[in-house]
Amino acid sequence: MGIITIERKVLEKNDELASQIRDKFKINNTFVVNIVSSPGSGKTSILERTIEKLKDKIKIAVIEGDVQTDLDAKRVERYSVPVVQIVTNGGCHLEAKLVKDALENIDLKEIRFLVIENVGNLVCPAGYDLGEDLKVLILSTTEGEDKPLKYPKMFINSSILIINKIDLLPYVDCNIENLKKNALSINPDLVVFETSCTTGEGIEKWCEWILGNIKY
Amino acid sequence: MHELSVAQNIIDIVKENVPDTDYKHVNKILLEVGEFSGIVADSLLYCFDVIKSDTDFLNTKMEIKKIPFILFCNSCKTETTNNAGIRMCNICGGYDTKIISGIDMKIIEVEVNT
Repeated sequence: MGIITIERKVLEKNDELASQIRDKFKINNTFVVNIVSSPGSGKTSILERTIEKLKDKIKIAVIEGDVQTDLDAKRVERYSVPVVQIVTNGGCHLEAKLVKDALENIDLKEIRFLVIENVGNLVCPAGYDLGEDLKVLILSTTEGEDKPLKYPKMFINSSILIINKIDLLPYVDCNIENLKKNALSINPDLVVFETSCTTGEGIEKWCEWILGNIKY
Repeated sequence: MHELSVAQNIIDIVKENVPDTDYKHVNKILLEVGEFSGIVADSLLYCFDVIKSDTDFLNTKMEIKKIPFILFCNSCKTETTNNAGIRMCNICGGYDTKIISGIDMKIIEVEVNT
């Protein structure tokens, strides 16, 4: 009987690939966010509002991840920015390899801001580094204030929390202060934004934050 | 529910660390899985059993050691824990803490019948 010691992280292959992708982003001065959330929290809507505000200021590109269809890529295409759709065919998250392949279709040289919109899922995408600068987690008020406590891993691994659909607060059973308290108890370093894609509230502030991170 | 692709990653890593001729003789794979790694141990065991049937690892067992969630509190200068995966120190109630363990997933070793 022999023992072979391995001591390696299970996801290290993904992590190695992600770190190669990260180097590529660095060389090109591209600021990259990986947007994660449950389905229906408003990832694509926030992306649309963001592109509207920023597309005359910086060059933006988008990688869309979905289980099926290119509906999201079609929504984003209307804003005349380069977009690549990844269809995972049932896969619950994006992996670095998929992003690497998608990047073959994007010329990063001019791109200052790349958004990777992950598959809508508050569990699995948390564990996969895609080479992004940071993960942006979107949680909508309709999902309820308890979600940070129920899905801690995603909150641990994200840097930004956008609380979306704040225009619905009067109609839903969600106390935004409790939501923030819960989220910050999981990860006190989260930077929090509050937005509504319907009224446009908070989008300006979020876009200013993005511009502050762009490297020229 | 990404345990299936995780199980495949595990087989790939084991293959890189064990000589080809020993694949069939791997008795056991020992993993350490953090309490808040986002992986369901039972589901991973099930997925491993499903995919191993087509490989040389047909007779390999997977053993999972669960790793507790541990924080280091910078105020108390001590290690602490909680069962919610939150960054709050159980002793002083503060949030100036660092995660020490419980969010990773590692392959520790394999046992080979020689």
